[in-house]
Amino acid sequence: MSIAILYGLCSAVLVGLGLFALITHPQPLRKILAFNLIGSGVFLLFGVVAHNGAAAGFGGDPVPQALVITGLVVAFASTALAVALLLRLFQETGRATLQSDD
Amino acid sequence: MIEPLLMPGSATAGGFLLVLAVVLPVLGVLLSLALGGRHAERIALILMPAGLAVAGATTAAVWRTRAVLQYFVGGWYPPLGVAFRADGLSAVMMLVTGLLICGIGLFARVQFASPEQGEGRAPFAFWTLLLAIWGGLNAVFLGGDLFNLYVALELLTFAAVPLVSLDGRAETIKAALRYLLFALLGSILYLLGAVLFYGAYGALAIVILSGRVRAEPVAWAAIALMTAGLLAKAALYPFHLWLPPAHAGAPAPASAILSGLVVKAPFFLVVRLWFDVMPGQPQQAAAQILGTLGAAAILFGSVVALRQARLKLLIAYSTVAQIGYLFLMFPLAVKPVTGHPWSTFAWTGGVVQAISHAVAKAAMFLAAGLIAEALGHDRIARLAGIGRALPVTVLAFGLGGLSLMGLPPSGGFVAKAMLLSAAVSEGQWWWAVVVLTGGLLAAGYVFLVLARSLADPVEPLRLSATISPGRQAVVLALALCAVLLGFVPLRPLELLQIGRPV
Amino acid sequence: MALDAVLAVLVVGVAVWTVAARDTFAAVVGFVAFGLLVALIWVRLAAPDVALTEAALGSGLTGGLLLGASTRLGRTEAEATGELPGGLLQFAAATVSVLVSAGLIALVLLLPEPAPTLAPKVAANIAATGLQNPVTAVLMAYRAIDTLLEVMVLLLALVGMWSLAPDHLWGGAPGRREPADPDGVLTFVAQVLLPVGILVAIHIFWVGSVAPGGEFQGATIFAAMWILATMAGLANTPPVMRRSLRLLLIAGPAVFFAIGLAGFAIAGAFLAYPADYAKLLILIIEIPLTLSIATTLALLVAGPPEQEPQR
Repeated sequence: MSIAILYGLCSAVLVGLGLFALITHPQPLRKILAFNLIGSGVFLLFGVVAHNGAAAGFGGDPVPQALVITGLVVAFASTALAVALLLRLFQETGRATLQSDD
Repeated sequence: MIEPLLMPGSATAGGFLLVLAVVLPVLGVLLSLALGGRHAERIALILMPAGLAVAGATTAAVWRTRAVLQYFVGGWYPPLGVAFRADGLSAVMMLVTGLLICGIGLFARVQFASPEQGEGRAPFAFWTLLLAIWGGLNAVFLGGDLFNLYVALELLTFAAVPLVSLDGRAETIKAALRYLLFALLGSILYLLGAVLFYGAYGALAIVILSGRVRAEPVAWAAIALMTAGLLAKAALYPFHLWLPPAHAGAPAPASAILSGLVVKAPFFLVVRLWFDVMPGQPQQAAAQILGTLGAAAILFGSVVALRQARLKLLIAYSTVAQIGYLFLMFPLAVKPVTGHPWSTFAWTGGVVQAISHAVAKAAMFLAAGLIAEALGHDRIARLAGIGRALPVTVLAFGLGGLSLMGLPPSGGFVAKAMLLSAAVSEGQWWWAVVVLTGGLLAAGYVFLVLARSLADPVEPLRLSATISPGRQAVVLALALCAVLLGFVPLRPLELLQIGRPV
Repeated sequence: MALDAVLAVLVVGVAVWTVAARDTFAAVVGFVAFGLLVALIWVRLAAPDVALTEAALGSGLTGGLLLGASTRLGRTEAEATGELPGGLLQFAAATVSVLVSAGLIALVLLLPEPAPTLAPKVAANIAATGLQNPVTAVLMAYRAIDTLLEVMVLLLALVGMWSLAPDHLWGGAPGRREPADPDGVLTFVAQVLLPVGILVAIHIFWVGSVAPGGEFQGATIFAAMWILATMAGLANTPPVMRRSLRLLLIAGPAVFFAIGLAGFAIAGAFLAYPADYAKLLILIIEIPLTLSIATTLALLVAGPPEQEPQR
């Protein structure tokens, strides 16, 4: 088994695990965490694809590697905005839940 | 096959218009942020006609040359570089977006007027985010690269979510958070599909992929994941849960943008994926699933809309239903029926539905905003008398409603008639039943509102705010546009076919 | 290979821990460790640029943000476990997740050999960019439009976050003001780390054109130093309406746009660079871009305005 396949399996497990957590955890912060797990899994798949595409003296295809950097920055921005919304909700209501009150 | 070469200046004539369409609003965001205060509003108002002119010029160029406009950003050809492309569909979507942004912007001047001194939170955020949404939408309509489209979708998400919670009430913050979580899940699924495409075919450019994609599991998985992600963003049943509180809770101009335009972007990308990336694949079974979800959305959304006590929630549930119509396009237009004359008819019907719903729904949300402002509430049971107090606004609501019901003359009638004829002619009559039932239900909830509005109040109506004729005129103008779409003869619809793979 | 197997098992194990931990704070701590392990995977996958970004941004700043949030939410997080979904939903979620994972595993095994790659094309054209780091060439030249729009995404996230402030706090400074404690441990740590961190940040940014590193990694470390300084009470975050702050935020994308638009005239296309000046122009973009990104990242961690504006 090549290391690309090994980490490919790892990425697949992370996506599934994150998806499970996103659906089942009631706390929004845990959902945000789960979203980051799925993200890591997806980014790792970019890494696997990049590693498979090693050529021209590069250890990996630079295009998917660059895309991951963009993706990581976007994921951080998403996390920051989600956390800000969650903390504001907590300030306003004293609770941090997505369940509807009515 | 297109080879990557550094070859500056190799875009089609008029290709720079595509750059302008994205760059102008985005530069406006930067300027608003730098100058702040009253300038955010001024910059938006100055850029509105300029952006509309760019959209108009793009449409004219596509129509004149009968060809796709292209621009290779940085002079780099795909697969290494990123291309912007405008076909007939992109041009039309840009034009409609430009018109709606201008209308909604004019309307919002009162609600989001900048303070004389200093900077107001809500006005600053609204005008800056409005420009960002415009830039994001144009980037989606013009994007020719799956990853660039991902960034464009994120731009749109980050501009759209804060609009929901602009007035700061706790329930709108909750709605915004829920919307964000759905949108993020959608983005990450989309990205997962994109990397599968790259891993299998070594490209992200739609033109290149369409030549390389074969009928095999990796392509099916990629398109399924991307479609699922986009459905979550488009709020197609059963992913609709986030939409009603978000669209109903936002301030009226924001609701108009979100319901009219923002949810159309993921739909647009599903159309791109299914008709441009995967031409010639056996997808009829999957298309039936999309159609079934669409039908469920129409029936569920309309029935729930009928039971709403608040006007804005009613309109939001109606959006859930009207999004359903968009997806009836797929079982009627996807292979093996592609090439069949009725397939083009169904495809065009879906697109016309996207446009006419955008215009009609924007008018209706703005009308609801004026009604709520005048009454101080939007309880449907207590609307009596508003028809006499704000006749123009209620008329505009009714005219928008024509489009939702699919009655002539309106854009909605054209769209639904096209879907209906395609369904009957292709022998898929069950979709026709759904279209007709949805129309009846829409008639139900629109007439419910109109009947209450036109009733005589038990006690004299006391308005908590006076509404300027100017704002009512903007709403009526948008509603009239929705009606006028019904008079567009079929010839201009040829514009939509430019650049469409057959 | 044995090392990789251990690493993969560890990563999955820590991920399971962050999902299964009852306490949210513990889960977040697990996530930080997870991020660092993932950074190691990136090293193993021959992607040092990504490894740096993952360690600094994915694990570091994201971890800091989530740790701060879980501390502030505190008790409510524990209470929310009462809302755990029923067995049926858990079963359905597990089924869906296992199916997705299984499907992805199959697809990973089905990926074509030899893999399609753009590496030769990146290499063939890199001379025209004047850069030696291929990842930077993709980010700043071939796909510069993605990078430009991505910086706008960051700025919009910030505008959106600021818009969450209550009206009376608009114009105030983000986050809470930390009291300065001249004798505190944190102050000492900050005073020692700040100069070092800033030098490291400048180095990582500077080598980005030839070696792993660049504007995003450098900016993240700058941002971390800023956050450290505010946490130690050495500095307060500036109020959101301050003109100099706004200019700092837009400087990078503004210069990027200016040079990109100049490309119409001097290189024949938007975001194109004339080959002779490409390296210089990219550097002129990267310096303000790094500062703008650093400022945006630090402010995204700080949150919406929470301090009374000074009138």
